[in-house]
Amino acid sequence: MSIRDGEARASIAGSASDRGAERVRSGAASADITSMDVHQLQAALADGATSVEITQAYLDRIEATDGSFGAYLHVDPEAALARAAEIDAAGARGTGLNGVPIALKDVVVTEGVPTTSGSKILEGWKPPYDATVAARLKAAGTVLLGKTNMDEFAMGSSTENSAYGVTRNPWDPERIPGGSSGGSSAAVAGGLAPWAIGTDTGGSIRQPAAVTGLVGHKPTYGSVSRYGLIAFSSSLDQAGPMARTVLDAALLHEAIGGHDPLDSTSIDAPLPLLAECARRGADGDLSGVTVGVVRELGGDGHTDGYEQGVLDSFTAAVARLESMGAEVREVSCPAFDLALAAYYLIAPSEASSNLARFDGVRYGLRVGDDGSRDLDEVMALTREQGFGPEVKRRIILGTYALSSGYYEAYYGQAQKVRTLISRDFSAAFGTAEDQGVDVLVSPTTPTVAFPLGARLDDPLAMYAADLCTLPASLAGVPAISVPCGLSEGLPVGLQIMAPALADDRCYRVGAALEAALTADRGDRGFLDQLTLPPVQGAAA
Amino acid sequence: MSTLSRKDVSHLAHLARLAVTDEELDLFAGQLTAVLDAVAQVGKAAVEDVPPTTHAVPMTNVVRQDAARPCLPRDVVLAGAPAAEDGRFRVPRILGEEA
Repeated sequence: MSIRDGEARASIAGSASDRGAERVRSGAASADITSMDVHQLQAALADGATSVEITQAYLDRIEATDGSFGAYLHVDPEAALARAAEIDAAGARGTGLNGVPIALKDVVVTEGVPTTSGSKILEGWKPPYDATVAARLKAAGTVLLGKTNMDEFAMGSSTENSAYGVTRNPWDPERIPGGSSGGSSAAVAGGLAPWAIGTDTGGSIRQPAAVTGLVGHKPTYGSVSRYGLIAFSSSLDQAGPMARTVLDAALLHEAIGGHDPLDSTSIDAPLPLLAECARRGADGDLSGVTVGVVRELGGDGHTDGYEQGVLDSFTAAVARLESMGAEVREVSCPAFDLALAAYYLIAPSEASSNLARFDGVRYGLRVGDDGSRDLDEVMALTREQGFGPEVKRRIILGTYALSSGYYEAYYGQAQKVRTLISRDFSAAFGTAEDQGVDVLVSPTTPTVAFPLGARLDDPLAMYAADLCTLPASLAGVPAISVPCGLSEGLPVGLQIMAPALADDRCYRVGAALEAALTADRGDRGFLDQLTLPPVQGAAA
Repeated sequence: MSTLSRKDVSHLAHLARLAVTDEELDLFAGQLTAVLDAVAQVGKAAVEDVPPTTHAVPMTNVVRQDAARPCLPRDVVLAGAPAAEDGRFRVPRILGEEA
């Protein structure tokens, strides 16, 4: 079932009065717009293009093609165009992010705009406030295109756990777009948004970015506010950017990051200069940078479950980093072998507690309240009908891991393993006296996008998609995924991990790799290799 | 190897205020036993004297000025509730008929 706001399509724009609008109304020019990165859109806006015409181009493409991708849960063309017109009228476009459209994962609460977190239990709910991420993007002048599909409560690696249907990968519609931020990844890869916000608890930004050929960054834990993100696992959740280029990701990260008094875990420290590091990185000089290749993530003796094509792309990309002057060496992080086990105890435990708020009292669904049942029964029925199978599995697993008699053996032990993982990172990154590596790298995912349905009945196989992304989540360190090649025609991502608060290193090394591979291919960017369906009959 | 029986799953679901169907009990008991077997690997780690990490960022209590701030209007909040009455959330009965 779709909850898309449907019919008010785009011809209401009133934009015909703007001379620039006519210029880009033709399908070809519209395709131009939706294949631009945000840096180029900013230039177009500064050069006289209006936010209305840019927003219109995306809405046209959404209308024409999202029926087959399923990237969005909610699109309100009228509101988006009104907002774009407001930015145009204010005369602010061409500066900063004013007038640039964006999509938000549906886990981000948005005032007055339906927000479901991919769950039936929140169907139809309109939040009474904006998440800090949404508020900052609004204040920066961005235009909200819509809310994107996701695994229910961000639990999954394929977006197949959404209560509202699957999202398809624009590279191959029979394959998953990754998850849980799969609506955001499909939207950006499919030209349905220039960039998007995702959230990452164990890899939910990086893995979908990797399998759709995007850049996705999970910031240092605490550096982007969690206020207004519907909580899954509070000690792990972070929002971050998903974009076509490293520079775009850095621009978006700067727009949402920084201290927020409304989030008690928010770090009160200035963000490093991210966009500047991305620009500097694109110069391609990595001399003085030491790169550690994590043996436990696809290295010798740790290749079980990894596709050869992924490992080949990864190895070639690492050689490219070396050719730009980086010093490369292998690093061992033995506790990473236990990251999956620790994560799938800690995250479900926190989830079982966080999801207790969905009790059918303050918001969302209530089932069975016909006067014959008491509160407990209504609550249990509401949760039975409101939650999907993966959410139920994790609530039950978390309840078990936290229960008396099992707590120490499971949850307590997992927390200690978490300490060991952090220690492995610390040892790898070294200290002032004992020089370690500047960044750690690995494949982002063991495999390319797998076929829809392939892992749906096997939770453990689904969890294995997060193998490489979990250590950085557990340690709270930043990590970015950057496209590094194709295997069997499908994108492969390279993950770059850095010490806490050194997100700038991810952007610098990522931009260097991106620039080198773009030059090697001779195209404008990785997504140039993806052919998208044409937009026919765009609004005239 | 730990296993989760149908009875265990049913009990845990009850603790979590989650009604489950018979089909779900069958499905989850098998799936969760497999997951539990995998996550039990944390037991292999040598963790004597290793402190637990509850949070990746060192946590200290955060305080703010004790000053009143505007909050959401009552009607706005209640508008999202499944049932409201007299400016309050309306809930199903909590006590039995006799109470």
